[in-house]
Amino acid sequence: MNFALTDDQRMLVDAASSFTRKQSPVARMRKLREDPVGWSPEVWRQMGELGWLGLPFPESVGGIGGTFVDLALVLEQLGTTMVPEPIVPSLVAGIAILAAGNDAQHRAHLTAMVEGRGSLALAWAESDGRYDPARVQTRAEPAGRGWRITGHKRFVLDGHAAAQLVVSAQTGEGLALFVVDREAPGVTVQPVRTLDGRRAAMIDFDVEVAADRRLGGDGLAALQHALDVGAAAACAEGVGLMRAMLAMTTEYLRTREQFGVKIGSFQVLQHRAVDMFIETELAYSTSIAAAIRIDGDDLAERTAAVTAAKVQLAESGRYVSQQAIQLHGGIGITDEHDVGLYFKRMVALNASFGDAEHHVARFAARPGFLAGT
Amino acid sequence: MPPIATRVPPMAAGVVPCSRAMDLAFSPEHTAFRDEVRAFIANSLPPHLRVKAEVDAHFEHHEVMEWHRILYQKGWAAPHWPVAQGGPGLDATSRFILADELELANTPALSPFGLVMVGPAIIQFGTPEQQHRFLPKINAGEEVWCQGYSEPNAGSDLASLKTSAEDDGTHFIVNGQKTWTTYAQYADWIFCLVRTDAKGKKQSGITFLLVDLKSAGVTVKPFLTIGGTLAFSETWFDNVRVPKDNVVGEIGAGWTVAKALLGHERTQIAAVGTSARALRRCKRIAQRTRHGDGTLIDDPVFRGKLARLEIRHRSLQMANWRALAGAQLGHAPGPESSILKIRGAELVQQIYEFAMELMGHDALAWFPEPGVVIDLEESVASLFCYLRATTIYGGSNEIQRNIIAKHILGLG
Repeated sequence: MNFALTDDQRMLVDAASSFTRKQSPVARMRKLREDPVGWSPEVWRQMGELGWLGLPFPESVGGIGGTFVDLALVLEQLGTTMVPEPIVPSLVAGIAILAAGNDAQHRAHLTAMVEGRGSLALAWAESDGRYDPARVQTRAEPAGRGWRITGHKRFVLDGHAAAQLVVSAQTGEGLALFVVDREAPGVTVQPVRTLDGRRAAMIDFDVEVAADRRLGGDGLAALQHALDVGAAAACAEGVGLMRAMLAMTTEYLRTREQFGVKIGSFQVLQHRAVDMFIETELAYSTSIAAAIRIDGDDLAERTAAVTAAKVQLAESGRYVSQQAIQLHGGIGITDEHDVGLYFKRMVALNASFGDAEHHVARFAARPGFLAGT
Repeated sequence: MPPIATRVPPMAAGVVPCSRAMDLAFSPEHTAFRDEVRAFIANSLPPHLRVKAEVDAHFEHHEVMEWHRILYQKGWAAPHWPVAQGGPGLDATSRFILADELELANTPALSPFGLVMVGPAIIQFGTPEQQHRFLPKINAGEEVWCQGYSEPNAGSDLASLKTSAEDDGTHFIVNGQKTWTTYAQYADWIFCLVRTDAKGKKQSGITFLLVDLKSAGVTVKPFLTIGGTLAFSETWFDNVRVPKDNVVGEIGAGWTVAKALLGHERTQIAAVGTSARALRRCKRIAQRTRHGDGTLIDDPVFRGKLARLEIRHRSLQMANWRALAGAQLGHAPGPESSILKIRGAELVQQIYEFAMELMGHDALAWFPEPGVVIDLEESVASLFCYLRATTIYGGSNEIQRNIIAKHILGLG
């Protein structure tokens, strides 16, 4: 058992921490809320050069061949200032390609993303499926030497800007994944703003793609794996959000004066802050366990660790973000204060890649649930 | 205000770089040790104790001491003591595994007052004569200890204690009242914080004193707990003569001795084994309680509640394992270890609250005869009530939060 960082991981963490301070403080994310894309292609390219986008991808596509734990440590740091580049949406689409695609498809669709020349998005959610990746109405039917995809996907994170979309669709042989160019004729993208100041897209597909755009293997298993990676990534970023909110709030308690004293001298506020600290530690503990299990090959343990971490993120994240606002008082309700931005990002993370109820049900439905503990 | 990132630690405090990748598995050696502990329990727990363990019944004092002596014979009664003082030389992870397995099997919990509290105090602060006199008998379970800290008017505010020790040449004359002296009715000795000097700051002038409970002038009266079992006592001292040789540490330095005990390894304090056992019990109840055409485990509401409790348990276990991995490397307890007592105490209460909910009408029964409630679950109500103590004893959760606020968050 070991939770210590390797020397390489420490360097990664230092680099990401330095990046948040020097290049992407919260003010940058705040400003980009008004931008129609919401993130910077130049910064994306830089992230590719730093190797962050290729961390969990093999060297054959230009990746680093590292671990998901490495990436989780970076995401935690980027979460502290809510860096807006679409690493997580691109990651989950890339993981789906990695899981279901062949070597040629890996090279064709992953290399550009890993190098920071374009982003990917995963189009999986539909109107009657909530968080169930198997409930899919979108259809793919043979057309000529390729496929014709028809259907509607909702809340495709970063779907407004991604170069390519990984789309789930029913074929006669079960669920399959397809890589579709966002700008292809027959792909209609309606960008929507999300509450955390970012962008997603509602996308209509009535499009023909070549045969080599169909990823092989078990589409549903690959999609589920990608969504688990997304959930674990959300946990890592969420821990960064919590660390930042805890730091802001305790700093405020140490400096804000009322009744002639620092408000941090009031026991009721101290104990709230302690519970924020406890929740942050619990969320980090489950998040790092989920990241380790993502790297492992035990599917049952992975499901248990990821679902538990996402539920813990929901509970801890809700407590920390709500109390962060409460302890700031009125200023916490204003848009000009950063705490509300963190609060809304936390809500978005909780609603993405399966909410708490979804993961509680998955955790409880595991074959080992009754025998375990 | 400086940018937030400058105030966010770049990584979890206490994490030190190394060359090994993160890993959740216990080493083969530690896994083998877990098997060894399991086999030992299976072979060594006497049948009459096993029967009680299986139904989570209350162990009488003599039963606890019977198991103490069995563990002592194996060398495992005082796992965290130095080898020179009779400890087995187990590393931090093995100690955790031993405690975890004993909790999971629900073997009688040994009294901590000798093994975990006064023993380590004597090891750290005692004279060679005191070590020779007391430690072997604590380890062997030949002398039973209890704790004399709290008083009727000195609970969380322990330093305001008033039990006095008056200098009488070679002896102190002790007068006063101690409370929550758990198991004093069975104990041979009590370790006390007494006031040897009433002047100055209230934390100074306190002395750590060992008192023979057979001394003239000592009176012990047990309390019945809300769980219907005997645990706590009150202990009165009426002109009790105690040799000065029984002072541990310096006269007037008792607060330092008491505080040092709080700084010891806390990787067992979350009692994740006990909570795991309680969760198994909830599953057992839910699977055997009829509900409509099936059992409660088929009900998505109950099953979801159970899953949420189990997820809380996993979270605490992961925090516990982080603390353990740090202790194994010899690091001082990090911030994660300070949360273990608070959340561990709350979790076992929440699990037993859920067990009561699962029981439905059966939760009404108090020490029922066999056959009244579902088989094996006669003790749920008693334990549920008694476990309200977990967030109070050992420094209440409110005191724990005060400590974290001051020492980790810098508030105050």
